[in-house]
Amino acid sequence: MADIVIELQNVSYRYPVSDDYVLKDVSFTIEKGKFTAIIGNNASGKTTLCNAIRGFIPHFYKGDLEGIVRVGGKDTQETQLGQMAEQVGYVFQNPFIQVSGVKDNVFEEVAYGLENLGVPVDEIRLRVEEILKLVNIGHLRDKNPFELSGGQRQRVALASIIVMDPDILVIDEPTSQLDPVGTEQIFDIIRLMKERGKTIVLVEHKMDLIAEYADNLLVMSEGKLVMQGPVREVFGNPEYERYNIQYPHVTEVALQLQKSGMPLAFLPVKDSELAEALNLKGVVACD
Amino acid sequence: MTDLVLQNVSFSYPDGTKALEDFTLTVKSGERVAIVGQNGAGKTTAVKLMNGLLKPASGTVEAGEWDTTKYTTAQVSRKVGYVFQNPDDQIFHNDVESEVRFGPKNMKFDSGRVDELTQWAMELCGISGFAEENPYNLPYSERKFVTIASVLAMDSDIVILDEPTAGQDKIGLLTLGRLLDVLEQKGKTVITITHDMEFVTDYFSRIVVMANRKLIADGQAEDIFYNEEVLKASMLKPPAVAQMAGMFHFPPGILSKQQLVAAILKHKAT
Repeated sequence: MADIVIELQNVSYRYPVSDDYVLKDVSFTIEKGKFTAIIGNNASGKTTLCNAIRGFIPHFYKGDLEGIVRVGGKDTQETQLGQMAEQVGYVFQNPFIQVSGVKDNVFEEVAYGLENLGVPVDEIRLRVEEILKLVNIGHLRDKNPFELSGGQRQRVALASIIVMDPDILVIDEPTSQLDPVGTEQIFDIIRLMKERGKTIVLVEHKMDLIAEYADNLLVMSEGKLVMQGPVREVFGNPEYERYNIQYPHVTEVALQLQKSGMPLAFLPVKDSELAEALNLKGVVACD
Repeated sequence: MTDLVLQNVSFSYPDGTKALEDFTLTVKSGERVAIVGQNGAGKTTAVKLMNGLLKPASGTVEAGEWDTTKYTTAQVSRKVGYVFQNPDDQIFHNDVESEVRFGPKNMKFDSGRVDELTQWAMELCGISGFAEENPYNLPYSERKFVTIASVLAMDSDIVILDEPTAGQDKIGLLTLGRLLDVLEQKGKTVITITHDMEFVTDYFSRIVVMANRKLIADGQAEDIFYNEEVLKASMLKPPAVAQMAGMFHFPPGILSKQQLVAAILKHKAT
């Protein structure tokens, strides 16, 4: 029996003073150690879903929560936010609001969470050093967080969460301000976290990277969970097209070829699979 | 007619960090230009110099006949509108419509024109349905459209968009594309910073590449994304389609899905 760490049962939610439900009867489970991507167009409920998982709904945002959210086997309604935060690390969508504002350099910013957890100073130093190296922001250590570019802040925000070593990482569009190289670095870090046994929940629009790294997809549309399953199954399901969400670029190319009468051995979701899917002999994929 | 001319411009921030070196660029009135490059390459500094938020340490920046050092930022922004990278640096009204209306009103346009520009800009940005909403209740991507609308409503000849594609879904990207076309029809100059290379090849004929505080290339997509030297120096990744074309060893030049599909069909036929 797989170890379920996140479980939602018939969850509906509306923000205070709002008549509309932003989550509508959402049910799913996530196994420990899996990398799940939440995709869907903007305002489909992705960020709200993240907030439900980390307990900010209903503890912080209030509003009406129906159904059950269990994280680590515990009902989040009965768990205090402080306890939740030790278990679930959350990286904000907008790096400009994550920075604490109370620390005047990057090293201390990254150390801030550990200070709050009461970790001994020597250990804080070691852990922060390790993470600065991992996230490739060592050269920014003495900079004021407010003087950083959007991309740099996004990396500092991620560092300040993974340094606390939570079991579950909920990451909301971590690469929106990053260049392609920076984006790949972030995905490499997320993969490393997965290899360390962390459970990853990621909101992201970059489907090429999702296809490359994620195990499972949750597809949101207008507050409903409309599709879920392994990445390849979801992108390969004709129903997906209906929601007007992006495909990986290679999948889109393959679908166009299929429409032009070219048979596909299977639907590719990674660039490196295209030649094989098309049965093009004599073509060497350099990937 | 407002050409934008930057000549040998250098700039350092007060803490001594060099941000731009010997930057020379002319953007003709009505042109559409994408600026690409890594985080920290100097893109945002370059565009802030264009609208007078920053003044050059050496070299000159001219918007039309105006030398930006001789005018205030408020004056220059009548000619050059700038949409900040972070929408929260820019929004300060409690509802979307007031936010969009503020610019044209502040420029003392007559009330009919203020109404007209406000409605036009909100519609173009797909936010007319949220006119009464508090911008901070909207998701990041829609807040970005609020800030774009509030700059468009000022009707400046030149519009600079700093990473409008960040966090946009498929619908948002289509809205941005349509907006670029409408602005072109109106004769506006648009300069856009973005990391989305598909967006660049879909909508821009001229691309400026920056690396290490300098302009290192300026040309059409084919010249940039098939130029190994430029790609290496800028650490840019070509659009996914160009990378796939490379796997099939197709001749250089493929940049759109249609081109790749056609090339594969032809390849299969032979």
